[in-house]
Amino acid sequence: MEKEHNISAQADSATFSPKPVIDIHNLKIGFDNVPVLRDLSVQLFERENLVILGKSGSGKSVLIKCIVRLLNPDSGTINVLGEDVTGMSSRELAEMRKKIGFLFQSGALYDSMTIKENLEFPLKRIKKNLTQKEIDDEIADVLEDVGLSDTLNKMPSQLSGGMRKRASLARTIVVDPMIMLYDEPTTGLDPVTSNEISELINEVQEKYNTASIIITHDIECARATANRVIMLKDGEVYLEGTMDEFEQSADELIQSFFKPIKMSPHLKI
Amino acid sequence: MKGIGPVIKKIPKLPDVKNRAIRLSENAIKKTQKANRFFLEVGEFNLFFWLTVKASFSRHFEFKEFLRQCYLVGNKTLPLISITGIVIGLVLTIQSRPILVEFGAESMLPGMVALSIVREMGPVVTALICAGKIGSGMGAELGSMKVTEQIDAMEVSSTNPIRFLVVPRVLAATLMIPILVLYADALGILGSWAGANIKGDVNIVLFTTQAFSAIGFMDLFPAVIKTFFFGAAIGFVGCFKGFTAGRGTESVGKAANESVVLASLFVILIDLVAVQITDMLL
Repeated sequence: MEKEHNISAQADSATFSPKPVIDIHNLKIGFDNVPVLRDLSVQLFERENLVILGKSGSGKSVLIKCIVRLLNPDSGTINVLGEDVTGMSSRELAEMRKKIGFLFQSGALYDSMTIKENLEFPLKRIKKNLTQKEIDDEIADVLEDVGLSDTLNKMPSQLSGGMRKRASLARTIVVDPMIMLYDEPTTGLDPVTSNEISELINEVQEKYNTASIIITHDIECARATANRVIMLKDGEVYLEGTMDEFEQSADELIQSFFKPIKMSPHLKI
Repeated sequence: MKGIGPVIKKIPKLPDVKNRAIRLSENAIKKTQKANRFFLEVGEFNLFFWLTVKASFSRHFEFKEFLRQCYLVGNKTLPLISITGIVIGLVLTIQSRPILVEFGAESMLPGMVALSIVREMGPVVTALICAGKIGSGMGAELGSMKVTEQIDAMEVSSTNPIRFLVVPRVLAATLMIPILVLYADALGILGSWAGANIKGDVNIVLFTTQAFSAIGFMDLFPAVIKTFFFGAAIGFVGCFKGFTAGRGTESVGKAANESVVLASLFVILIDLVAVQITDMLL
């Protein structure tokens, strides 16, 4: 009876505890004998927005590039949806990448294609059974979600920075990924557009039930999107917690992210 | 004691020896790093070649992109090739005519010019122009795609960038450059007729008949075959340099520049090999 009770308790805990969709263990990577990530272990759970903060050069972007194997780690394991990507063949990797959306810092829209062609490109290659009508409908839906319905036949060079980011986000979500990786989604944008992008990240999570890693050093973006925050320093996890815990931390490095910039007295008019 | 003094002075001071040793070792390290970089690039080049060949035989051929590249390669260079073709024929005729007149062999002018255009001048000059125009274009385009993470984005969306970007470009260059060469050859002969008419009066039918009667199968065939290799080399080098560009914007210009230099070098080396092989066969 006791045994049965334990099993049912285990079953309950299994039902309620969130499953990790990404499980990284002891990840190490370096360039030219300079270590960038040192024994890094991170987990991302279902339907969670994990914000990774850190100064430039702390290894944030390297981490998400290792997850999709744009960079090959020196050692460690990266389990994505239960499968270790570090040992995958190129064919297995291509299958795995279909489940991951990656928003690049620069947007990375294809210059020589219109916005419609940019969205068609992954859609035709990942969802091969769709008819042209279904493709057009999906593209129209996604562009409406990101507020860019009228840009269908425009070239990326005709769009503003914020619009390019949104178009890039549309290209990423059009294939219904299970995991989203955002590489500094608000960098180079004005505060209003940054807020719009942060809201879009939350909308994507709600509508598509994605789990997301958001790499940023924009505190407002982190505040708006984070369920959990990790700070990296010198390739290691420096602190992990909620946004409130970070804001209340007395640690000097953490506080340096939240403090307003002090103006030099010599610059005052 | 007096005799020992000069001997002691000749011995270099200890810090000098140390500095010299440091300089020597630094030079040795620099040279080793240079050699390492060279061998690394040769390795990358071979790997890229193998991946391109492998992707060329893949089931999913990007036919639409291949046609687009064919149009771009042909369209981009057509005006330049037209002018060059006519000028080659014109210049060759104007320069050769006085010598041939001196030896009383003016009637050999159409055949001689046609042979030199078809066998050597047409293919090599056209290929060198294409190396400059197409090679640099491919290097810069792919280099800028690399810098702006577009190639990474392609890879992340489960598309093999070599299959989509490299294979159509290399095949388009391989197919279009022989066509451009034949077009330049034809215009060269036309230019030659125009050149012959500057100081004389030659009928176009007579001129072209004499020109074509001088060209045999073994003149045209090896010349056309080598242009396929020129095209493949230009396309491949342009794509390789673009793909292996660094991360900064400066590297885009560098990739374009290196594409032209390396593609031109390849054209000349392939021509050398082709001439040797043709010479052995004839």
